[in-house]
Amino acid sequence: MSEALTVWVKGIGLWAPGTPTWHAFREVATAEATPGEAERPLADVLPANERRRAPESVLLAAAAAGQAVAMSGHSAATLPCVFASAHGDQVITDYMCATLATAPAELSPTKFHNSVHNAPAGYWTIATHCHAASSAVSGGEESFGAGLLEAASQAIADDRDVLLASYDIAGTGPLGSMTSTTGPFASALVLSPRPDGAAIRLDITPEPGNSGREPSGDAWMDGVAASNPSAAAVPLFRAIAAARPAALRVAAARGLDLHIDLGAAP
Amino acid sequence: MPPLAITAFTATSALGRGLDAHANAIASSTGGLSPNDFSTAPLPCWIGRVAGVEDEPLPREHAQWECRNNRLAWLALRQDGFSDAVHAARARYGASRVAVLLGTSTASIGATEEGYRRLEHGAMPADLHRPAIHTPHSLAGFVAHVFDLEGPCLTVATACSSSAKVFANAERMIRLGLVDAAVVGGVDTLCDSVLFGFNSLELVSAAPCRPFDAERNGISLGEAGGFALIERAAENADAPLFIGYGEASDAHHMSTPHPEGLGAELALRDALARAGIEAGDVDYINLHGTASQKNDEVEAALVARSFPATTRASSTKGFSGHTLGAAGILEAVLTLLAMRDGVIPANLGATTPDPLCGPQMAWHAERADVRIALSNSFGFGGNNACLAFARRGVVA
Repeated sequence: MSEALTVWVKGIGLWAPGTPTWHAFREVATAEATPGEAERPLADVLPANERRRAPESVLLAAAAAGQAVAMSGHSAATLPCVFASAHGDQVITDYMCATLATAPAELSPTKFHNSVHNAPAGYWTIATHCHAASSAVSGGEESFGAGLLEAASQAIADDRDVLLASYDIAGTGPLGSMTSTTGPFASALVLSPRPDGAAIRLDITPEPGNSGREPSGDAWMDGVAASNPSAAAVPLFRAIAAARPAALRVAAARGLDLHIDLGAAP
Repeated sequence: MPPLAITAFTATSALGRGLDAHANAIASSTGGLSPNDFSTAPLPCWIGRVAGVEDEPLPREHAQWECRNNRLAWLALRQDGFSDAVHAARARYGASRVAVLLGTSTASIGATEEGYRRLEHGAMPADLHRPAIHTPHSLAGFVAHVFDLEGPCLTVATACSSSAKVFANAERMIRLGLVDAAVVGGVDTLCDSVLFGFNSLELVSAAPCRPFDAERNGISLGEAGGFALIERAAENADAPLFIGYGEASDAHHMSTPHPEGLGAELALRDALARAGIEAGDVDYINLHGTASQKNDEVEAALVARSFPATTRASSTKGFSGHTLGAAGILEAVLTLLAMRDGVIPANLGATTPDPLCGPQMAWHAERADVRIALSNSFGFGGNNACLAFARRGVVA
């Protein structure tokens, strides 16, 4: 069995329908507030003209990533980043497949270059002048855990802080019925191999088997958690919001869970 | 970094199935491009198509994964004893100690496209009603299923650098003790998305691509599947070594490279540093060399200013076409073959060298002792990767 990967959380970001920031989500998680109306993700890291034109997936990922980096106090320019998503931008994939089926020669070049799975990573690095390593990954239904394992591995292996952003949007058209994704959700963490006074420590241990997701009993939280694969992050972020030591499991692959011990500073 | 052993590797492309087909094509400078007969509407261009994929369905037990991309994966896995090597690694280490880390640009989107061409009452047709293939993770999910592996399973989808970057993922996981072995590689297959997509960006040549030619006018798309098995280096094996990698971002533009090759140079420096070598130690570089105007201009300048004349360099995309997410693994395999056989591949397709090119360019096949070699892969979004390999016994 592997040793635990120990990382400290330096920054947190989150966007869910009704809680457009980590702060808003934390208030809902601690029963200090109720979710509001869904708002357009605020991706203020992107230049204004890019914000107007950017696809939903890019806005969503950049909104969460921007919050996490701001909290960390780091410059995004030097931060390696991992963008995880099960399905990427399904609205663009639906457009591509529908257009190719009817008028392939009319395919939009902008839509095409926005269709790559690493579009959010590309826009993010361009907007933040980041020349560090950037990656775009998928792990199917287990994308969040797969991305978390990759980002934590990178932070420890290279002894550098790493940004993880995980996002998925609602599917649309015939593709949407295949992916069973009903809403958008994104989260982000800046993970560090060193404590440096961080309040939250994660000990991540891969363990064979999938324990499955248990409903928490909170209807809103469970609804968000079930909306897409990236929203499998919800239980971890609820545990972080509670600011108490906790243990939970997050699936990282078929037949592989991450056992996460969450240590909060007293 | 501690060197790792590449204990098995293989590739299947327009050049044929497995290592011998590729070695023969390189030795005789015989390319595999042919006129486009693939796209669902006419598109005058040349492609690197793998022969026979449409005639070889997956075995019945894998039917839920059926699609062109997974067929090519299945074909590629069964060459050069690669499947046997993975089964042996699973038996040696255990199912949860072998990672599956695969790169792809579009995975099995060809099957999704097909569904949209023949919708039934506005929905996916019944035979394609298989969620597992309508996702970027289709390929890695399929390969993990085939070998019944339960370790980390990750798709890297950073466009054309995808299946180079998976080598870096594997190195980190092995060094941290998360796994003992990793199946890396990637598969991308021809589909309308990429043919009409690159056509919409006016990046596709109507003629066979001519990397680094003064008159080059665009890419030729291809398809390929390739795999490598990476393990810790044992003392007495003769497997080639994976000794370094570099990853960096251009931060410039979604679909054109940084004009000074900033990200490419950072990736190169990172790879040399991790490998503990200098530019002068490099005998061969397999270039990204897509034959697009911009890529080749930037990459030619980078090679000319960074390496001595003794370093040999060529692009093999004139042989195979640009295989997108599979380019990283296909070209890593061709680099390992150059090392094994002592043959520098010709920069096939070019007749009039771009004056930007330095003396490093191998315009024709050459015999050479290749002890240390690099492979470049650069993707959309400014995503750059560089891999470093060495023959056993070369690097202390």
